[in-house]
Amino acid sequence: MRDSTVPTAISASAVAVTPTPAKLPSSNRVAFAKFDWLLLPLVGIAAVVGLWFALSATLSKDLPNPIKTWEASKPYILEPLAKRGELDQGILRFTWLSLILVAKGYLMALVVGTPLGFVLGLSKTMTKALDPIIQVLRPVSPLAWLPLGMVLFLGAGRQASELAALFTIAICAMWPTVLTTAVGVRAIPQDYLNVAKVLKLSRWNTLTKVMIPATLPYMFTGFRLSLGIAWLVIVAAEMLTGRPGVGGFLWQQYNALVYEQIILCILTIGVVGFILDRLMSVVERRFKTI
Amino acid sequence: MSFLELNQVSKSYGSTEVLSNINLRISEGEFVAIVGYSGAGKTTLMSLFAGLIQPDTGTVTLAGQRMAGPGPDRGLVFQNYSLLPWLTVFENVKLAVDQVFPGKTEMERIKHTEKFVAMVNLRSAREKLPSELSGGMRQRVSVARTLAMNPKVLLLDEPLSALDALTRSTLRDEIARIWQESRMTVVLVTNDPDEAILLADRVIPLTRGPSATLVSGIDIHLPRPRDRRFLNENAEFKMCRNQVVTSLLAAGAKPKTTITRDLVLPDIQPEDISTPRLSSNRRGPTRARERRREEVEIIP
Repeated sequence: MRDSTVPTAISASAVAVTPTPAKLPSSNRVAFAKFDWLLLPLVGIAAVVGLWFALSATLSKDLPNPIKTWEASKPYILEPLAKRGELDQGILRFTWLSLILVAKGYLMALVVGTPLGFVLGLSKTMTKALDPIIQVLRPVSPLAWLPLGMVLFLGAGRQASELAALFTIAICAMWPTVLTTAVGVRAIPQDYLNVAKVLKLSRWNTLTKVMIPATLPYMFTGFRLSLGIAWLVIVAAEMLTGRPGVGGFLWQQYNALVYEQIILCILTIGVVGFILDRLMSVVERRFKTI
Repeated sequence: MSFLELNQVSKSYGSTEVLSNINLRISEGEFVAIVGYSGAGKTTLMSLFAGLIQPDTGTVTLAGQRMAGPGPDRGLVFQNYSLLPWLTVFENVKLAVDQVFPGKTEMERIKHTEKFVAMVNLRSAREKLPSELSGGMRQRVSVARTLAMNPKVLLLDEPLSALDALTRSTLRDEIARIWQESRMTVVLVTNDPDEAILLADRVIPLTRGPSATLVSGIDIHLPRPRDRRFLNENAEFKMCRNQVVTSLLAAGAKPKTTITRDLVLPDIQPEDISTPRLSSNRRGPTRARERRREEVEIIP
């Protein structure tokens, strides 16, 4: 009797359970979804590293493979603050030098770009006068600006290379700030301006109490884009001037036929750029809530 | 003697005349409502009162003074609140107070601001941003900001039109209460005849645009405070409403105008095998793509 009941029980449960196999993958998917933010990027990185291995083994024999790169980069990463020579420093030291240069150039870009954007946004005449120049200067590469900067600051002697680099960063990074600020000023709702008119706010108060707060979200979008460009330009500026920094180090190692550290530099530049962008978008969002 | 006066005012945008030959005299302490169709130029009229725009012809005078531009003596409550979204309720009102009373001390100005925030029952929301408020509350902030400037004339530009029906009646009662306390000169612009009759001493219909103008006003002698609930059956209220609506409808009935325009006929060929193929040297089009002039009637 017992023998006969067991199979029926199994078959009954099998019938009852039939929907479960269909459910199982979906619950698996839920578990997977919990970790895919970590898992999928890891898969992506693994794929790229695999490709890198393959490339260095087959097509381009001069490209150091990931393991060699790590071995050669170790002293720079594990002692990130060491200073062995002007162009032989820990990676964080280089990054710090580059960041300082970028910060200076970026600040110059904001100091010049924001008021210029306001002028363009406020005055149609100025827009007509300056827009063609801006549109022509905007796509010019940092590599093209740098020699001009060198010429401009020839008289400055030893300072010339730093000033030329700052000039290049500022002039390249300025345009997004200028253009988005101008758009933001033009987008100020007429209502706010009417309030200012009805209250008879002075020009200064209209600017500080109505126009600047209303433009802030746009300005910060411009600031974020400008920072991205400033960081892009640093490599070119350091390469051509030979200043110590991530870009200068990269160029020097290339010239010295030490290819391992080129990749280290690329990764450093990418990571720092990513972090800067994240930081700025946090700041930007803070102002977007308005 | 009239306090606020419009004399043969007209205003055009481009080639369309929005307002034509507007004459209006408002005495001090009077509550006047202007009722008109949407798009008739009500907001343009308000902007003229406020001095945000200047008339093409005619003059706007306040207490005998010709108005040259906007100013805090004419407090304008905007249709869409126009609060500065980065300032709190208190700061929005304070901005106006700071601007209008530079002679007072900071303490006096804070007190003054508090008084008007309290007047519109927003004391509990004083530190909130406009985005955290409902439409009705925002409009109350706007009213508080305007009243805090101690204007000679209060200009209400469809202040209730963006609100839901319930909030609308509450805020309407509040406006009536504030007016009864202050007895300032008020010009209200609205598209709701009932709202106009409930609030105003005089209702003036504005004809349909373009070239809208004011027709003769209707005096409202209903006793105050006017309670919406009892007025529906009130004979005088009904009569007033009748008058306003009739004169609005009469004002809207303008002669129809006709325009001629090009009519492009559809390019259709009969599907018939016997039709000879179109040859390139055929005499000009007869039906296909033929253009005709057509007269179209437009109801303004």
